[in-house]
Amino acid sequence: NEELRNLSLSGHVGFDSLPDQLVNKSTSQGFCFNILCVGETGIGKSTLMDTLFNTKFESDPASHNEPGVRLKARSYELQESNVRLKLTIVDTVGFGDQINKDDSYKPIVEYIDAQFEAYLQEELKIKRSLFNYHDTRIHACLYFIAPTGHSLKSLDLVTMKKLDSKVNIIPIIAKADTIAKNELHKFKSKIMSELVSNGVQIYQFPTDEETVAEINATMSVHLPFAVVGSTEEVKIGNKMAKARQYPWGVVQVENENHCDFVKLREMLIRVNMEDLREQTHTRHYELYRRCKLEEMGFKDTDPDSKPFSLQETYEAKRNEFLGELQKKEEEMRQMFVMRVKEKEAELKEAEKELHEKFDLLKRTHQEEKKKVEDKKKELEEEVSNFQKKKAAAQLLQSQAQQSGAQQTKKDKDKKK
Amino acid sequence: MDPLRRSPSPGSTSSQPSSPRTPPCEMLGRQVGIEAVLDQLKIKAMKMGFEFNIMVVGQSGLGKSTMVNTLFKSKVWKPTLQGLGVPTPQTLQLQSVTHVIEEKGVKLKLTVTDTPGFGDQINNDKCWDPILGFINQQYERYLQEELLITRQRHIPDTRVHCCVYFVPPTGHCLRPLDIEFLQRLCRTVNVVPVIARADSLTIEEREAFRRRIQQNLKTHRIDVYPQQCLDEDVNDRVLNSKIRDRIPFAVVGADREHLVNGRCVLGRKTKWGIIEVENMAHCEFPLLRDLLIRSHLQDLKDITHNVHYENYRVSRLNASHALPRGPGWVNLAPAPGSAPAPPRPTRVRVRTRASSSPED
Repeated sequence: NEELRNLSLSGHVGFDSLPDQLVNKSTSQGFCFNILCVGETGIGKSTLMDTLFNTKFESDPASHNEPGVRLKARSYELQESNVRLKLTIVDTVGFGDQINKDDSYKPIVEYIDAQFEAYLQEELKIKRSLFNYHDTRIHACLYFIAPTGHSLKSLDLVTMKKLDSKVNIIPIIAKADTIAKNELHKFKSKIMSELVSNGVQIYQFPTDEETVAEINATMSVHLPFAVVGSTEEVKIGNKMAKARQYPWGVVQVENENHCDFVKLREMLIRVNMEDLREQTHTRHYELYRRCKLEEMGFKDTDPDSKPFSLQETYEAKRNEFLGELQKKEEEMRQMFVMRVKEKEAELKEAEKELHEKFDLLKRTHQEEKKKVEDKKKELEEEVSNFQKKKAAAQLLQSQAQQSGAQQTKKDKDKKK
Repeated sequence: MDPLRRSPSPGSTSSQPSSPRTPPCEMLGRQVGIEAVLDQLKIKAMKMGFEFNIMVVGQSGLGKSTMVNTLFKSKVWKPTLQGLGVPTPQTLQLQSVTHVIEEKGVKLKLTVTDTPGFGDQINNDKCWDPILGFINQQYERYLQEELLITRQRHIPDTRVHCCVYFVPPTGHCLRPLDIEFLQRLCRTVNVVPVIARADSLTIEEREAFRRRIQQNLKTHRIDVYPQQCLDEDVNDRVLNSKIRDRIPFAVVGADREHLVNGRCVLGRKTKWGIIEVENMAHCEFPLLRDLLIRSHLQDLKDITHNVHYENYRVSRLNASHALPRGPGWVNLAPAPGSAPAPPRPTRVRVRTRASSSPED
């Protein structure tokens, strides 16, 4: 920056240790690297990952009967001397297996967007912790091209076109041991020209930094890399090397004459891993963020008026949203009140009916009671009549008895 | 050695549950080449260059400008001379200069902010407000940049990474002004207190002074850098405890060279001897330099970014919901003072008055 004064130092200050300080910090935190493998089932994605990272990642081979494309992500922690790497490998299961492949690219795009969204959410949080956030954004997309020897399939073109603005695409030719060398050269140039003519933006190895410009330039000539993957070792000479053994010969994975595996490893890991991460963050993620925020209605500065701040717009949106929420609440409350009233009216009706019924019953009951009472009275009358009659009859009887007794007494007296 | 672990990946739309068996631990050996990412990082960092913003606070005459010159071995500042005819500034003025220094291919953009007039008035009440205001203004600037829709690739970092506080060598203990200032500032920025002009104290006096200051700091719960609560692991704690034991460093600044035993050293020449600045037996300047530059520079920046800036951001985003933007903030200086224009790179003068006008 020519505007700033360049001071000359008169002695050793010591800030040349700054890059080391920075690196030490990063090593203690560890690195994240996420690779997306897009390719048909059985094209060799898992094997290539195993070969690249020199380990056996456990996985079962996928079946060809998947109803749709599914993304399967697995995370691993690898360590090499003092560098810890959190590696996530995302697989497209079922890609290219369906009869109708129109929507094959959609789950992939959705997955990539979901990772960006997760990061954006974290970034927009009030209390956030970005420095120990487990970054799941895809840093590199390895696109596996089937080794037909002719040209790209239309599915490949369509998918790559949809992905090129979202992720760094590195096209590779899988199972390259099935193509002869002369065919391979033609195949590669056909693929590259097709990509260019269709406007697909693949990842460009950076050539601005002098230490890596040369190697990146020489390697990009060999794109797409024709790779062979193998985790089995075959004895070659007096060493064991990763290779595939055929009756007609042995294809050595790390032999540059046989395939471009070494080039892929150089480019992907040893030279450009940091650049891939940076491009993802500063280009693809920023693009996603910008689009997403603009979609939500935020704006940056207006030339004449005061600059909008994200915060103000967010506040305004939030208030709007709260207002709507309140309105909805009101509506619901009113509906509820109405319903309650209706129900109340119904209940009142029912209550009235009940009352009426009750009154009716009461009246009937009263009438019945009266009838019964009348009958009772009658009965009582009859009983009292009967009692009177009985009493009269008894009196007569006792009189008759008395007069009879008197008669006998008189008779006795007479005889004397 | 971390075992080869499998962990379920967060945030994936559809992921298989991880299998219960964990593969055995495997060191990859040099075959894969993950190590190379360290070199890639270094290359990237050297290309981008580094930034460091430091602020020196203390009363006039404590040797702040000289100290900065000594630290960076160059004429960052012209030492200020307070002549008799020059009136003491009525208000606290902050002055910043920015330079680019390079050493062994590493470029450092250094910004030093001085605070002439601090603690010089008769009534020093609220003299920390302009300083806090300045610090918060830098946070605010960064926050605004971060909230833009179309952001720059690399947001220019003007936040103060370290504040060196010069304690006058009274030999007794911290004064009320020191305590007030340190309490407020330690919550917002990394503060490294130093005993200035330590050549007026003997070694025993220095030790006693240091102990008393440490006691004061503990009593008033002032958390200076390196903060104990931010130690990440055992190694950090061990290293930082050693540093914390010697804080505040008793330093002497000098930018003149003298001949001692045939060597050319930076020092102060007095009638009774030459005080060598870089001699550990004479003063603790090497400790300060090592802390600020050689070992903890990146850490200072990280803590500013991950802790202090995040705290500011939280309070700012929370506040904007409840309170209108303005001078109604909790504990803070007047809201981001109206910065008239972005500072010009060569010589930046940020004038903030002790009583700022409310903004917005």
